[in-house]
Amino acid sequence: MNDSMQAARWAMARRQFLQTCGMGLGTTALGALLPQNSSAALHHPARAKHVIFLFMAGAPSQIDLFDYKPELETRFREPLPLSVSMGQRVTAMTQGKDQLVAPSMFGFRQQGENGIWMSELLPYLSGVADELCIVKSLYTNAINHDPGKTFLCTGSEIPGRASMGAWLSYGLGSMNRDLPDFVVLNSAYWTGGTRNVQALYSRLWGSGPLPSKHQGVKLQTSGDPVLFLSNPPGIDRQIRRRMLDTVRQVNQQHFSEIGDPEIETTISQQEMAFRMQASVPELTDVSGEPQHVLDLYGPEVTKTGSFARNCLLARRMVERGVRFIQVFHRGWDHHTILPKQLPGQCFDVDQPSAALIQDLKRRGLLEDTLIVFAGEFGRTVYCQGTLKRDDYGRDHHPRCFSGWLAGGGVQGGITYGETDDFSYNVAHNPVAVRDLHATMLHQLGIDHERLSFPFQGLDQRLTGVEPARVVQEILS
Amino acid sequence: MNRISRSSPPKTPMKSLPYVVLLSMCLGTALAHGEDVKFNRDVRPILSNRCFHCHGPDEEHREAGLRLDRGEGPEGAYESVIEPGSPEDSELWARITSDDPDMLMPPPDSQKPPLDDAERAILRQWIEQGADYEGFWAFVPPAAPDIPTEFEGTPIDRFVWRRLSEEGLEPSERADKRTLLRRLSLDLTGLPPTLEEIQEFLQDDSPRAYENLVDRLLASPHFGEHMAKYWLDLVRFADTNGIHHDHYRDLSPYRDWVIRAFNDNLPYDEFTRYQIAGDLYPEADQDQLVASGFHRLHLIIDVGTALPQESFTRNVIDRVTSVGTAFMGLTVQCAVCHDHKYDPITMRDFYSLSAFFNNIDAEPETGGRRGPDFRRGLQPPYINLPDEQQAAQLAELKARVHAAEAELASAKAALEEPEEDPDAQQAEAEKQIKQAEQNLADAEQARDNLLVTIPAAMVMKERPEPRPAYMLIRGAYDKPGEQVQRDTPAFLPPLQAAEGEPTRMDLADWLVGREHPLTARVAVNRFWQQMFGVGIVRTSEDFGAQGAWPSHPDLLDYLTVAFIEGGWDVKALLKEIAMSETYRQTSVASPEAYQHDSANRLLARGSRFRLDSEVIRDSVLGTSGLLNPEILGKSVKPPQPEGLWKAVSMPSSFPRVFVPDEGDKIYRRSVYTFWKRGMPPPQMTIFDAPTREECIARRERTNTPLQALLMLNEREYLKAARHLARHVLSTCEASPGEQIDVIHETITSHLPAPDEKQALMKLATDLEALYAESPALVEELLGGETPPSDVPPARWAAFTLLTSSLYNLDIIKTRQ
Repeated sequence: MNDSMQAARWAMARRQFLQTCGMGLGTTALGALLPQNSSAALHHPARAKHVIFLFMAGAPSQIDLFDYKPELETRFREPLPLSVSMGQRVTAMTQGKDQLVAPSMFGFRQQGENGIWMSELLPYLSGVADELCIVKSLYTNAINHDPGKTFLCTGSEIPGRASMGAWLSYGLGSMNRDLPDFVVLNSAYWTGGTRNVQALYSRLWGSGPLPSKHQGVKLQTSGDPVLFLSNPPGIDRQIRRRMLDTVRQVNQQHFSEIGDPEIETTISQQEMAFRMQASVPELTDVSGEPQHVLDLYGPEVTKTGSFARNCLLARRMVERGVRFIQVFHRGWDHHTILPKQLPGQCFDVDQPSAALIQDLKRRGLLEDTLIVFAGEFGRTVYCQGTLKRDDYGRDHHPRCFSGWLAGGGVQGGITYGETDDFSYNVAHNPVAVRDLHATMLHQLGIDHERLSFPFQGLDQRLTGVEPARVVQEILS
Repeated sequence: MNRISRSSPPKTPMKSLPYVVLLSMCLGTALAHGEDVKFNRDVRPILSNRCFHCHGPDEEHREAGLRLDRGEGPEGAYESVIEPGSPEDSELWARITSDDPDMLMPPPDSQKPPLDDAERAILRQWIEQGADYEGFWAFVPPAAPDIPTEFEGTPIDRFVWRRLSEEGLEPSERADKRTLLRRLSLDLTGLPPTLEEIQEFLQDDSPRAYENLVDRLLASPHFGEHMAKYWLDLVRFADTNGIHHDHYRDLSPYRDWVIRAFNDNLPYDEFTRYQIAGDLYPEADQDQLVASGFHRLHLIIDVGTALPQESFTRNVIDRVTSVGTAFMGLTVQCAVCHDHKYDPITMRDFYSLSAFFNNIDAEPETGGRRGPDFRRGLQPPYINLPDEQQAAQLAELKARVHAAEAELASAKAALEEPEEDPDAQQAEAEKQIKQAEQNLADAEQARDNLLVTIPAAMVMKERPEPRPAYMLIRGAYDKPGEQVQRDTPAFLPPLQAAEGEPTRMDLADWLVGREHPLTARVAVNRFWQQMFGVGIVRTSEDFGAQGAWPSHPDLLDYLTVAFIEGGWDVKALLKEIAMSETYRQTSVASPEAYQHDSANRLLARGSRFRLDSEVIRDSVLGTSGLLNPEILGKSVKPPQPEGLWKAVSMPSSFPRVFVPDEGDKIYRRSVYTFWKRGMPPPQMTIFDAPTREECIARRERTNTPLQALLMLNEREYLKAARHLARHVLSTCEASPGEQIDVIHETITSHLPAPDEKQALMKLATDLEALYAESPALVEELLGGETPPSDVPPARWAAFTLLTSSLYNLDIIKTRQ
């Protein structure tokens, strides 16, 4: 075993030792105030330092966006063969109803050097096709939104487990002194309409059994970007500083009398809070961005809380050393009138996510940043509700869905995995949600089987207890 | 904790003595003292963590026909791999010391790291001693241990001091009176003492002063509120259903019952029975029915998206899980898909337990949006709990609905009868029907409007015919396997059915039976945790093989037996703890002592730990004078930053937008704060309150910058500071120095030390000067309120920030 491996083992062992013996709170909380040499905790050399997870909540239709099935044209309104569906479970919404094929009404064209098929609804992403690794063979267990989102975000359908970003924060520590490790951005606009907007839950960025300092900090789209960040009316920065000086002095005095090092942690955290009062507004203030950069992200970037603005903020966070950024965009739950609503949704995310790739690449940050774009499951080839050539809906479908990755040591310009002729079952190279998680962790230098935390008698892992595999074939 | 011992000691410089102390604390190992190895304390944790996964209780995944969780019997260790007394003749020893990767155990590719020298030494010594297995300590009924005689003092102190002397440590001095008063008040009521209470206690020099204080606090109505807070975490109490739309769900009568039960000191065995089987008492009274609402606290989906059978299964699993965690400290849910890997809980055990909880006479999903039930957050079965006046009104309105129905029926009947002038008659009859329909609608509306104001409690109710229960293959709702009967896990005492088919009441009686090894132990441990910040068993949610070894096993058994024999008397147990010298020690110690035993497992000093979010908020409200001390009732919504709910809700979630309450409702204690599972109040979660989606027996305690921001900037906390500053400036005609004393004593229960007071005086002076230069800032800070007469606004502003500074001290959010 070489020295760095040994060092990594020590770092992990020590971390767990401190946690397990209850020594963790005082000691590691204090340690985390300082920028850590994150490589100390790695299991192997990392290919990426950051993850930006673009979560399309509600589940976009793979058939209308990525998984091109031209043969379906000839099967309009045909029943889905039983040999394909094999009587698999459905939701309460389409239980017992006909399963009639609804081909996509949208055109597909081959894009990029390798001629990847992409929907006409994604013109900007089509323009960066050579950066994308489109995975068509994702699959999940859950058939309803809440468990599906919980599963994708935490590796378990049972509420209360640690989320992806919390695991990274716990495993890798902080890269900066002034901002949280894990930031969540929720988009407040849906051009595709609001009727399909599904609920979110704070558990999706929660820390579960991990210490709660690892939970995601959700930036608000109105008011203080971080809860309770700004001074109340009547308190300016000078007054706040003056007050904190005395608080610090008295706390220090108490530490010298009482002896509990936790008091010193409190002092440090109050100072960090004071720094955040400057660093967070600096982060969210995009007035210094040149016009050509704003133009790249598209017209919506001027609106606080838009997906475009959030993508720009994600780039700014990467620059400032935030480890994991999760951007939610809701409204993809197209049970009916999908052709009417999907274009608006794509308008919201297409240009900004393509811009994010380009912007990071120009700055030399794309190679350090893994971008993932996915919903919680896919949608059915068969129609729910009215079925016309240009009007149809699709129900939830866990057996296959598409997503893409870019940057962070993943090959661009490829697709991975295939579904059957109906985009119903995975035909080749299945990728379970836990495989996606394992691959993400791998790119950050973490062996998913060794990043664990004891809780309820088990060593909890993001990837759970079923075998998971790193999808090596898509890595560069 | 075993994972550390597989590595050799860290290379960071560490003095040898502390390391040994740490090691012995963490591992409970005997090697440091050269005593015998004990199976449960020393050997089982190693085997459990490294071997049981493949050679343990789980039959389906057992490898090589070998189980190491027992010696005797088929596939037991003595059959093949352990020769008691002789490591050299034991295959086990050869396997854990082999150089051959194909032979070595655990296998190098198993993700289970190899055993280290210390662990191998323990196993070797154990085999040499005869490789005796012990029943797992927590599964053996507690027996009263001998109380140590080499010390004087309460039994608690004797057990604690014996352990301290073994570690070469000494207990600390008693804390001063002010500290003890504050500590006890926070631990028992969740509120700090008032100035009057401080004076009263300081002036009471009688020998019974402290005991009187304990008695007074245990008799306070706020005691029950504080105790309920812990219990509500454990049973995941909340105000929304937690899944999909996350609609409103009103369970507040259950919370009221919990508060009253603790205040009335309902014996814990009854407390358990009421919740498990309150609906099954003959002539169950209202409390018993309300308590059975325990089974309605789980997350539940609203109708329309999931398959009802799947939701049904999910609910049943959730119910069984909560009984496992809350009453037994067991992770029974591990056996939903397979036999438990570490504890002797089989899948059959899990589903046999589930057969007690699958027979609820209720829909598995909450109903549609129509009708008063939806607005009331109710789902049948439930009972209405009107007060006398409401009951009378309700009866009246129900009679009115009845009358309107009769009127409609007779109007319709009139239409049927043949008449001489059919056309005119028909028109008249139709008119009357229309009128009658309108009357009925009005009557129903009036009834429903009243109903929504009447509290109601969802309860447990059994269907007449029990539903059959099945093992679910890999836990899948649609893959029933073998049918199972109601029963309890085989490793626990047998269930005694009063007659015929066992009932939930039989199960409740079984849980609190004298022979049950877990229920009382787990409860006692949690009450201990409340008083010391950490349980005797640190993993208060898991008393199984993967749980932690108790720091003071004999003490836990002593307390448990006393608890049972004393009639499951919670207040008596808390009093016994509070009266011990161990509890009364000062928490002042050296930084080294804190580092060596940060969680204070050995109890060589008083415990010092971060207070829970509710206690922090209630303390701010209480000391500022804003607290509304009214007890019981519906949940309330104190202000929170705007937009939090809207940002996560669905457009049709009910409620979707957070509308804060007004008036003094917003100053009620935090136990009454409305808890939306999808987005709980940030004032709570930032300080580690759980989302109430899972049963939580102990909270994390972190220290983060977001907490600092909350304490500095939360508007209501600043308002509290302003309120207290105003009160003192306007009522206390004294020098600024004395005014600072009053504020300091109100908030911290102590007078400021001289240098501290000097710093605060300087702060007040500096701030007053700064504010005097910025009248606009003063006006903003004071929010348009006029200062008390004779007080310069800048002084009020300065004192507001001084007060806020005190609220931001570490000692305010810390129990010490």
